[in-house]
Amino acid sequence: MDLDFNKEQEMLRKSVAEFLSKECPFDTVREIEDSATGYDKKIWQKMAKLGWMEIHVPEAYGGLGDPFVDMTIILEEMGKKALPSPFFSTVILSGLTLMEGGSEKQKKALLPKIAAGKLIMSLAQYEEEAGYLESAINLSAQPEGDDYLLNGTKMFALDANIADLLIVAARTPDGVTLFLVNPKTSGVFIQKMQTIGRDNNCVVTLENVKISKDDMIGSPGEGWQIIKKMTPKATVAKCAEMLGGCEVSIAMTATYAKERVQYGTPIGGFQAIQHYMADMRIAYDTSIYYLHKVAWMLDEGMDVTKEVSALKAQVNEQYKFITERAVQIHGGIGTTREFNIGLFYRRAKAFEYILGDTDYHQNKIADALGL
Amino acid sequence: MDFRLTKEEELKKQEFESFFESEMKNAPPEFGSGGLEGIYDTEAGFEFHQYMAAKLGEKGWLSMAWPRKYGGQEASIMEQVLFDEVRGYYNAPGVDAFAVGMFAPTLLAGATEAQKERLLPPIAKGEAFYCQGWSEPDAGSDLASLTTTAIREGDDYIVNGQKTWTTGAHRAEYMFLLARTDPESKRGKGLSVFHLRMDLPGVQVRPLLYMNGKHVYNEVFFSDVKIPAEDLIGVEGDGWALSRQTMNFERSGAGGFSGAKRYLEQLIDYTKHTTRNGQSLAKDPNARRKIAELFIGSEVGKSLAYKIAWMHQKGDFAGLITAASASKLYSTELAQKLANYATEIMGLYGQLEEDPHAPMQGSMTELYQMCKGATIFAGTNEIQRNLIAWTGLGLPRLKFK
Repeated sequence: MDLDFNKEQEMLRKSVAEFLSKECPFDTVREIEDSATGYDKKIWQKMAKLGWMEIHVPEAYGGLGDPFVDMTIILEEMGKKALPSPFFSTVILSGLTLMEGGSEKQKKALLPKIAAGKLIMSLAQYEEEAGYLESAINLSAQPEGDDYLLNGTKMFALDANIADLLIVAARTPDGVTLFLVNPKTSGVFIQKMQTIGRDNNCVVTLENVKISKDDMIGSPGEGWQIIKKMTPKATVAKCAEMLGGCEVSIAMTATYAKERVQYGTPIGGFQAIQHYMADMRIAYDTSIYYLHKVAWMLDEGMDVTKEVSALKAQVNEQYKFITERAVQIHGGIGTTREFNIGLFYRRAKAFEYILGDTDYHQNKIADALGL
Repeated sequence: MDFRLTKEEELKKQEFESFFESEMKNAPPEFGSGGLEGIYDTEAGFEFHQYMAAKLGEKGWLSMAWPRKYGGQEASIMEQVLFDEVRGYYNAPGVDAFAVGMFAPTLLAGATEAQKERLLPPIAKGEAFYCQGWSEPDAGSDLASLTTTAIREGDDYIVNGQKTWTTGAHRAEYMFLLARTDPESKRGKGLSVFHLRMDLPGVQVRPLLYMNGKHVYNEVFFSDVKIPAEDLIGVEGDGWALSRQTMNFERSGAGGFSGAKRYLEQLIDYTKHTTRNGQSLAKDPNARRKIAELFIGSEVGKSLAYKIAWMHQKGDFAGLITAASASKLYSTELAQKLANYATEIMGLYGQLEEDPHAPMQGSMTELYQMCKGATIFAGTNEIQRNLIAWTGLGLPRLKFK
């Protein structure tokens, strides 16, 4: 057994942390949140230069082919800085979808661009029903000669407003099928929604959008299988980002509790505060050790159905618990826009929905346990 | 990063598995679902504890962590964790929590060579059974305020006072006693550790029955009990430091999580084979959610236990204090959650103890009661939270008067 990261991984962590501390302080995060694009192009390009996008892309497609665990390190650090960026939608959701289901031609055309930070992508999976299951995908894709005609509305598509290319999950007569859609095609309308995470959740409406069958990912009816293959890694990646947020929320709160004086003593000396904070620490420790185990299992190619769901359900609940207590311990100041803990309180709720809420994952666990 | 066990570790684990699986078939009905009450409540239960101790002693598994010099195996921490994990899964007795878990490490840390040679072998062989003389009516979490005295008189120490919550005092042959050798001393100063025979004149044991009537805990009274000076462990007045050294810092808690996993498997089996309100209980959304929550708890808890083993192997002792407190707290609260959820899922049947109609032989209804002890003993969970806040988060320590 070796539960430590290796030297290269520690260096990667350090470099991501240092870069983001310098380039993306919390004031910048708030500015980006308030902008229409919801990301900072300069930071994005610098991230690409540092090689963050290419890490897990296979070498054959212009990447480094490093293990998935390395990706979780980057996301943990991004989570600590509350970085708003299309990294998750592009590199994780779309990149992994292409890696799992794309043709050689598609992979050769798109993955090097993702690896170089020259392409922003969005996966449009959910619809008005807002279910996480295959049955919730009903946007119509009717075959018409060598094309498909897409009609319907996708919702909660992350970063569609800034994407160069969309992956749209639609229903053909053969079942759920994935299509690459250029957002500039006529009949595509994209509208950003106002969310608690102040992120780029979008409504994507398609009206008689004609897509060539060459722009299909996988074969007709294969879409759900591809999404299912991509989802475990993407879910663990999101959990890594969330746990980064947990870690920094605890650290900020501990610092505050040592500095804030009431009744002539730091509030961190009160047992009520100490016990809240001990519970926050346990919530984080148990989750982070488990994250690393599940990430390692993914790299080893093990079946992690139960484990991924256990991790997401756990992290969903613990991130909310930790940030709720963190704001409570900060008192009034913690509820203000200018104070940083609120960034994490809001993200805990926003990220809960990404790739499955707690109810969904608890049900998946029950299924996997044979109930 | 590599979570895989080595080949040797896998083999060891298999050896433990087959041992416990076959030996646990010898458990008498009185042992029930195990735990402290399985060991101490009945004569037959304690005999099974002794039987298992002798078997484990033969294998050398009671002295796994000890130096070879004292008959130990110098086994790796991973091997110890695997042993705890498998034993926890089978809910097996035989490892005397007080002799093997606490007194032996105390002896190794601070006893004279002569004492080690005299007292360690019977523990290693599974022949010596101890109880722990620490808590007193007015010294619970605040152990350093204890008042039982042991005053030197010639070649003896004369003990007077009272201990309480003494697990298994009615069955144990020996006690390791923490008493005040300097009657003028305060708190941690002036305390010493003793090895004491429970059949000495002046030792009186009274049962302190648990809420369900089980006999696990006792009060122990000392009236001019004479302990030979050779049974003072180590140096007079060093008892507090010695006792603190051997508190639970090195425990991974692996057994607690694997024990919960075993019960969870039984609970899943029960829901699959039970119909309520016209459908399988396994399809009931509330039952499914509760079982999923318990699964998550046992999974992340196991990761914590392995992390503790890893910290131990690396010598990260600062991390260990926080992690060991976290593990004690998390495993005992998981047991409470398990007992509560299981008895909720069972509906009306959740109230049945050792009744022919009881699901899971009433083990969950029993655990619902017994688990309250575990969040209180061995450092209440509030004390564990304090420790985590102080050592893990650097918050200011409480000022004691």
